[in-house]
Amino acid sequence: MDLMEKNLELLEVQKLEGHTDRVWNVSWNPVSAHADGSLPLLASCSGDSTVRIWEQSSLSHSWTCKTVLEESHTRTVRSCAWSPSGKLLATASFDGTTGIWENYGSEFELISTLEGHENEVKSVSWNASGSFLATCSRDKSVWIWEVLEGNEYDCASVLNGHTQDVKMVQWHPTMDVLFSCSYDNTIKVWWSEDDDGDYQCAQTLDVSNNGHSSTVWSISFNAAGDKMVTCSDDLTLKIWAADIAGMHSGEGYAPWTHLCTLSGYHDRTIYSAHWSRDDIIASGAGDDAIRLFVDSQHDSVDGPSYNLLLTKKKAHEMDINSVQWSSGEGNRLLASASDDGMVKIWQLATNP
Amino acid sequence: MDSVLVNENPIVYPKRKRHVRTDQSNTDEFSVEPIDQLDVFDHIRDIKDPEYPELSLEELNVITEESVEVDDEKSYVRITFTPTLPHCHVPNVLGLCIYAKLLQSLPRRFKIDVRVAPGSHVNEDAVNKKLSDKERMVAGLENPYLVALLN
Repeated sequence: MDLMEKNLELLEVQKLEGHTDRVWNVSWNPVSAHADGSLPLLASCSGDSTVRIWEQSSLSHSWTCKTVLEESHTRTVRSCAWSPSGKLLATASFDGTTGIWENYGSEFELISTLEGHENEVKSVSWNASGSFLATCSRDKSVWIWEVLEGNEYDCASVLNGHTQDVKMVQWHPTMDVLFSCSYDNTIKVWWSEDDDGDYQCAQTLDVSNNGHSSTVWSISFNAAGDKMVTCSDDLTLKIWAADIAGMHSGEGYAPWTHLCTLSGYHDRTIYSAHWSRDDIIASGAGDDAIRLFVDSQHDSVDGPSYNLLLTKKKAHEMDINSVQWSSGEGNRLLASASDDGMVKIWQLATNP
Repeated sequence: MDSVLVNENPIVYPKRKRHVRTDQSNTDEFSVEPIDQLDVFDHIRDIKDPEYPELSLEELNVITEESVEVDDEKSYVRITFTPTLPHCHVPNVLGLCIYAKLLQSLPRRFKIDVRVAPGSHVNEDAVNKKLSDKERMVAGLENPYLVALLN
């Protein structure tokens, strides 16, 4: 399906107000319809030290704030992530802790607080099976936590290697390989060869492998997990690829290589990039705009290339800190979070 | 803070004459008057130096009117400041104070960039990188010492 042929628009579905400071991150609950009949959920977290859970009504389809998780974190909540089962929410804060909340249907309860980082925690990510969590911090380290029974979380590994503040961690969608990106301009890949939980830095993507020349803010994988997009303060998006089929069949570590760089589209820092299940890359930047990119499907001698599908200027009134596609089938919803204190839900639709 | 000041003998510059503005402050959200260099400078000229609370950034020549670049149409402001000494360890704090004051004073449509003047500091690139990292700046502003300093 050639998206470039269609007349597509990003339509604002709803603006979610409530946070009293900038919103840093949004996270869609991966389970769009719950077995117990509960409704689709979206989490957002903010400089106001709270996390808001938004719920969609099955009748009106509009979103309202179901609950506010407050009086736990004492500083900015920078990032939030639902576990793969959709039952738990992890929240990473500048107060140095990571909260784990359990969704009890009508309420959320703080069931655990992970401590250990020396200063601000910037990001949290669950692996595909929900058996591990990763966090990262301005203290330059990446921590891996094992999820045990009885709401116990054990620090399994402290990974040192980055020379500066680590901005984001992201587990690979199908393998227990961990990725981190940093103020040191690099992306690191952490892997445990023997599956014994002894993670090492298997690769560092820096300027010598066509990497970024300034702080890397975020990492996102395509559904297959054989490509990833990274975005940076250097005003570019970079696409990377790896032969993961080999890794799945136990042939050892498959290195990531640079595929292409999308430059000239952004003139302010790109804070977030997210790859949808149907292969559309969304970016959110400091120029208040959301941009969508697709594979041009016209490979040249230089390799694959990507086209700008559309630019939504002034999507927000201030910097966009996070964009995330919903993983629900067929509806192409995108959530965005901004310094203006708003969360917005968008739909990618054909212009009638 | 150390009891020994980094710069024991700062040069104090005479304050420039202030232009008398006959119109009211035009930096509220709904103002139609474009914001100019002097408007922005007026917001930051009296910020007290962290090491010398009796002296302002203007008196220490850390900033001058020429430090300010404004493009109202593009909603863009850039401040280029000169720390009092090239080895001065407080440029981050100075930059943070300037950034914080402008965040409070300018309409929210403005993009604010703060940096040290080229050649004015030995760790220029490292300092400028920190000053251009919004997340670091915001985290810095949550620091209770800085909150006290700014108020």
